[in-house]
Amino acid sequence: MNTPTPVITRPEAEDLLFQEADLLDQWKLDEWLALFTDDAAYLVPSTDLPPGADAAKALFYIADDHARMVQRVARLNKKTAHAEWPRSKTRHLVSNVRVGAADGDETPVSAAFVTFRSKNGVTDTYMGRALYRLKRVDGALRIREKRCELDLDGLRPHGRVSIIL
Amino acid sequence: MSDAGTLVRGPLGSMVRSDDARGVFQVSRRAFVDTAVMEREYEAVFDTCWLYLGHESELQRPGDFVTRTVARRNILFTRDAQGKLHALFNTCPHRGAVVCREASGNAKVFQCFYHGWVFGCDGKLKGQPGEERYTAGHKDSGVGNLVPVPRFDSHAGFCFVCFDADAMPLSDYLAGAKEILDLIASQGETGMTIIEGSQQYAIRANWKLLAENSVDGYHALTAHASYLDYLKNMVGGLVPIALSGRSHDLGNGHAVLEYKAPWGRPIAQWVPMFGEQGKAEMEAIKARLVERLGEEKATRVSAFNHNLLIFPNLVINDVMALTVRTFYPVAPGQMMVNGWALAPKDESDWQRKFRLFNFLEFLGPGGFATPDDVEALESCQIGFANVGAAGWSDISKGMGLAEPSYDDELQMRVFWKRWDQLVNRGAR
Repeated sequence: MNTPTPVITRPEAEDLLFQEADLLDQWKLDEWLALFTDDAAYLVPSTDLPPGADAAKALFYIADDHARMVQRVARLNKKTAHAEWPRSKTRHLVSNVRVGAADGDETPVSAAFVTFRSKNGVTDTYMGRALYRLKRVDGALRIREKRCELDLDGLRPHGRVSIIL
Repeated sequence: MSDAGTLVRGPLGSMVRSDDARGVFQVSRRAFVDTAVMEREYEAVFDTCWLYLGHESELQRPGDFVTRTVARRNILFTRDAQGKLHALFNTCPHRGAVVCREASGNAKVFQCFYHGWVFGCDGKLKGQPGEERYTAGHKDSGVGNLVPVPRFDSHAGFCFVCFDADAMPLSDYLAGAKEILDLIASQGETGMTIIEGSQQYAIRANWKLLAENSVDGYHALTAHASYLDYLKNMVGGLVPIALSGRSHDLGNGHAVLEYKAPWGRPIAQWVPMFGEQGKAEMEAIKARLVERLGEEKATRVSAFNHNLLIFPNLVINDVMALTVRTFYPVAPGQMMVNGWALAPKDESDWQRKFRLFNFLEFLGPGGFATPDDVEALESCQIGFANVGAAGWSDISKGMGLAEPSYDDELQMRVFWKRWDQLVNRGAR
């Protein structure tokens, strides 16, 4: 039986993205992970790649499938994740949210983001465009893919993307 | 009183002390914090040694170019219409503007936007607006050509420059490192290639800490505990191969660790994470290597990891993937790092995909290990604030033992001895 997929509205998408940002800033990473589908991906391309680059063919900073996202969260929950222990303070800002036309059961959503990370007396700023693919699973809106394209000429002076953007 | 940041005048004096009888090797932490030391390094190390510029695969077609910063110089690296490679200073001979302001691309000519001088990919001046106002022969005299670097050469596809016209030939300079470069290059049947996309980052620490860290087999169990947990947690876990092997002094400050490890290698050590298709692929790759190189060499290429440090700042790590990295100081406590992924040109789409997946599990600013290295290096640099009272680092592990293990510190002592020799060259 085919029921039409309900359209995703901007407020609905924003609620999900704002919730995601809040969970990350509170370091509630298991709850953050639960916002994703079981076949999700989290991608951060290198800064010199053209838009739409493929992680199977080009070098990214991060190209996690769901299994590796689970491990990334498990790692960040440990004290042996030295880059993030003691934990840094972060603030994720999400803006300019736009909902695209549905593509099958997934809907592309784009946003502008700025994430601040403070540790050891230094604050680094990550900014760019976040490209999401959202999907309903059992009525709840979930993230199928999150791709963060940085507006930076390299990770300088940051040196790491050890937090989740 | 801390002397961090104070300028040292006159000869620097030895900052390395080696006491073989007591088995103690120490490096002065002044080497990491002193601006005068960094300036001396530029003069005595970076301005006299052969430095990595890029890989020939980055310039495949005539007209391809990349721009790159090498030891504070802007270099334009090109392939001309005849296919010849050139390393040129990226500054207009007329009044100095940067001639090529793009990171990479393909060009028939380069035009300086300031006054419009036009250069070929070989650096020769092709035209200048208002040419009639110059003396006859000005253009042909060569004064208007882009200036080439004093020395340019390559080995096994790896291209190097040297800013000292009187330096020894690259082949002599590389010494024992040539064999390891050849070994790594032999992974590709039809050559090697740099994969699109580079990891450019910075570390708030002295550059020599990364030279040490890149060939440090000692820190894995503690610094990378969470990475080893990750390997154990992934489908099927690790293969039962213990970390074991040794380090080798390759001459001229170069060194390599050669060792076995329990992680997957796309050339070609299978782990359960690669799946059944992967097992067949790995077996086929290994069989082809044996056919091409013979059993002994094929095993050395496929089953052994290599962490290679070519003095002063080229690291080629042939581990769970293959990475090439260089790094330069911009201040005693800050370095700029460029990292690339290298791969056999002819590998299958499957192998390339798993290579990149494997690369990112450990390597780079978003990996499960490199961020902890960055944290460790920055932590050392913070610790060096105590240089006045706690002034020496200890690099003694494995001294006096006949067989240096991969997790000893021989390779760092090799680096430091060469460094100390160069920075004190000519000192009274």
